[in-house]
Amino acid sequence: MEADRAIVDAMGNRWKAKTTLLPEAKLGDLVLVHAGFAISLVDEEEAKKTWQLIAEISEFEDTPNKVSG
Amino acid sequence: MVQIQPKKSAETMKAGKHEKILLAHGGGGQLMDELIRRHILPKFKNDALAELGDSARLNLPCGVLCFTTDSYVVKPLFFNGGDIGKLAVCGTVNDLAVAGARPAALALSLIIEDGFEIALLDRILVSIAEAARQSNVDIVTGDTKTVEAGAADGIFINTAGIGVRIADADLGFGRIAAGDKILINGTIGDHGMTIISQRQDMGFQSQLASDCAALASLTCELLENATGIRFMRDPTRGGLAATLNEIARGAGLSVEIREKDIPVRPAVQAAADMLGFDVLTIANEGKFVAVVAPESADRCLSICANHPLGKEAKIMGEVIETPDVPVVEMKTRIGGRRIVQMPYGRELPRIC
Amino acid sequence: MLDRINKAQSMMNAACKAMGRQVHIMEVCGTHTVSIFRNGIRSILPGSLKLLSGPGCPVCVTDQGYIDIVLELADREDCIIATYGDMIRVPGKDHSLETKQAKADVKVVLSSEDALQLAKDNPEKTVVFIAVGFGTTAPATAVVVKEAAAESIDNFCILSGHKLVVPAMRALLSGKNHNIDAFLCPGHVSVIIGYGAFAEIVEDFGRPCVVAGFEAVQIIEGLAEICEQLSSGKAELKSIYPAVVTEKGNAAAQRVIEECFEPVDGFWRGLGKIEKSTLKLKDKYERFDAFKRFDITEAPAEEARGCRCGEVLCGLIEPPECALFGQSCTPQEPVGPCMVSSEGACAAWFKYSRKRAQKP
Repeated sequence: MEADRAIVDAMGNRWKAKTTLLPEAKLGDLVLVHAGFAISLVDEEEAKKTWQLIAEISEFEDTPNKVSG
Repeated sequence: MVQIQPKKSAETMKAGKHEKILLAHGGGGQLMDELIRRHILPKFKNDALAELGDSARLNLPCGVLCFTTDSYVVKPLFFNGGDIGKLAVCGTVNDLAVAGARPAALALSLIIEDGFEIALLDRILVSIAEAARQSNVDIVTGDTKTVEAGAADGIFINTAGIGVRIADADLGFGRIAAGDKILINGTIGDHGMTIISQRQDMGFQSQLASDCAALASLTCELLENATGIRFMRDPTRGGLAATLNEIARGAGLSVEIREKDIPVRPAVQAAADMLGFDVLTIANEGKFVAVVAPESADRCLSICANHPLGKEAKIMGEVIETPDVPVVEMKTRIGGRRIVQMPYGRELPRIC
Repeated sequence: MLDRINKAQSMMNAACKAMGRQVHIMEVCGTHTVSIFRNGIRSILPGSLKLLSGPGCPVCVTDQGYIDIVLELADREDCIIATYGDMIRVPGKDHSLETKQAKADVKVVLSSEDALQLAKDNPEKTVVFIAVGFGTTAPATAVVVKEAAAESIDNFCILSGHKLVVPAMRALLSGKNHNIDAFLCPGHVSVIIGYGAFAEIVEDFGRPCVVAGFEAVQIIEGLAEICEQLSSGKAELKSIYPAVVTEKGNAAAQRVIEECFEPVDGFWRGLGKIEKSTLKLKDKYERFDAFKRFDITEAPAEEARGCRCGEVLCGLIEPPECALFGQSCTPQEPVGPCMVSSEGACAAWFKYSRKRAQKP
């Protein structure tokens, strides 16, 4: 992460995202990205409930993304 | 064609080494001759081409001939899993393959921009040769033209292909009947999402790779070892959604598919979701949809599963009677139902 | 997961049966509309539960007058139009950005940042960023306006068409319309504005408001929660998207919107004028305001006579009851938002009505 530019990892796809709206985001955080901006931290416990659901269906849809760089 | 003197340094004006394509390379004269003999011919060794006649003479086995053409204008030229050259061969081979033919020969036309790097051209030609070799098909004739810089996005390629239909293959909309099963040989959306991901303005990198591949060996194996194959088509532009709608319309029957039986790679689905695309509308270059008689379905599936290009094959759904206008309907993962429409033709990322 | 869906379905069936009448729930988010469609959710809801697709697609409710301004700017040699993909096919009087694209410099961007970068990369042209979207996208615009100011990127400006969803909800509920029983509220807008923003709808109008995410399960559970509330006569504010939605929302985002924008009256396609429903750049940032830079005023395009989108949106009439439906208003040549949006009520009806009797 550099200043407010971050790389976010989602299912192996790496996207550019700005963290200007989420100054508290740190490496390794799960974030929700919209239009190139991280707009919210994702509560891991709650997200797991959704993930598990989707893993059961088959695979992922709107996946919360991991901040990785 | 008017020969325009290219602006070049004294060094490269000497006969021999050129690093970039010049307009003169398309002029039918010395430079073009050199381009063909030095760069093109050696990669496509075959008798028909070696003659360099105005037309290639082919000795084809008797039967119904299938004939097709396609132009390739993909950008970027090189992508994960292939390039415009491989695409140009596989795309045309696949059109022959799904028509039930064994591809025999390809014609190759190049339209190249002034200033295009010859090293890149070589890479593309090598790719074409390799793809042709793998498909067991010869490039027997071709054409090269050059245009001003900016007129061809680097390079445009057209290939025309001819093949001989496999005896007994009788494919067509008219053969499709209610109860027929719909099969796909693998995951959807790989090619289109890879291309999108590799365009600079999209801002994402991924491990996605195009599924670009020549399907003839698999389709021929199916046709020779199974009966009841009614129809085949490759879901390229417009994706699976377009192909299924074409089938419904052509056969005058409805189609019902199950979302859970459509193979999709998680990374492809995630990328499509991020951009708001419907993965059903994304292009594929190594896939075909086959409509087969219900009693042949299992056999076809097992032939696919035993072939490198069919390992993830699935029966996605079936053809059904229609009360009125034929529709393509999908049973979603959650048990709901939705109509799968013919895509507009230009899918754009959605944000709002 | 299917267990959760089945459970929610049972709840809905029971609640709707107990109520014994048609129930109308409106969603006001384009992403919800798409997800509902793609998952085929309507087909598994109880027959008496009608899901209305409200004015949730910000692009679809963008007034024709605004589009015509965009098209005029697109005609200018000195402008590059930067826009989200959603906008490309929205119709103006004669054209859409798509039909203009051959001759004009129109670039699809995924982020407001890309638009600013275009300005940096093309100093000899003016980049006009078509800033549409609800609360989720407005902060992204505000951030780049501030960046443009800080870095003095003077060849950048925005044409603000950002709309606010709560005023629209109020407008729909005012007047004689009592058809809407409850709202399924947008997940990502709530991330920004906080679910507390919908409290006034619950308090002033007594309608349940439930915030849900975009997964099929979340939407269905949201609807079940609403049905429960309705059948027990309750009207409460609730969020079932705790993974990312809080009551207060994203403070940094709200601050930046507050700093750059102020709400003014705006025109919505199909709904007319809604008070304090559109964001306008504050004077402090007026040099980035395309309206001021090019001296344009947005006058609403003449309300297409006969367009009854407002009534369709509220579920007061079905699409075929509108005289324009299928005649002068079709998916190929849409007039109102219900047809502009490919998942809008009219577009959906148009595509499916001649086919199976089953509702989409």
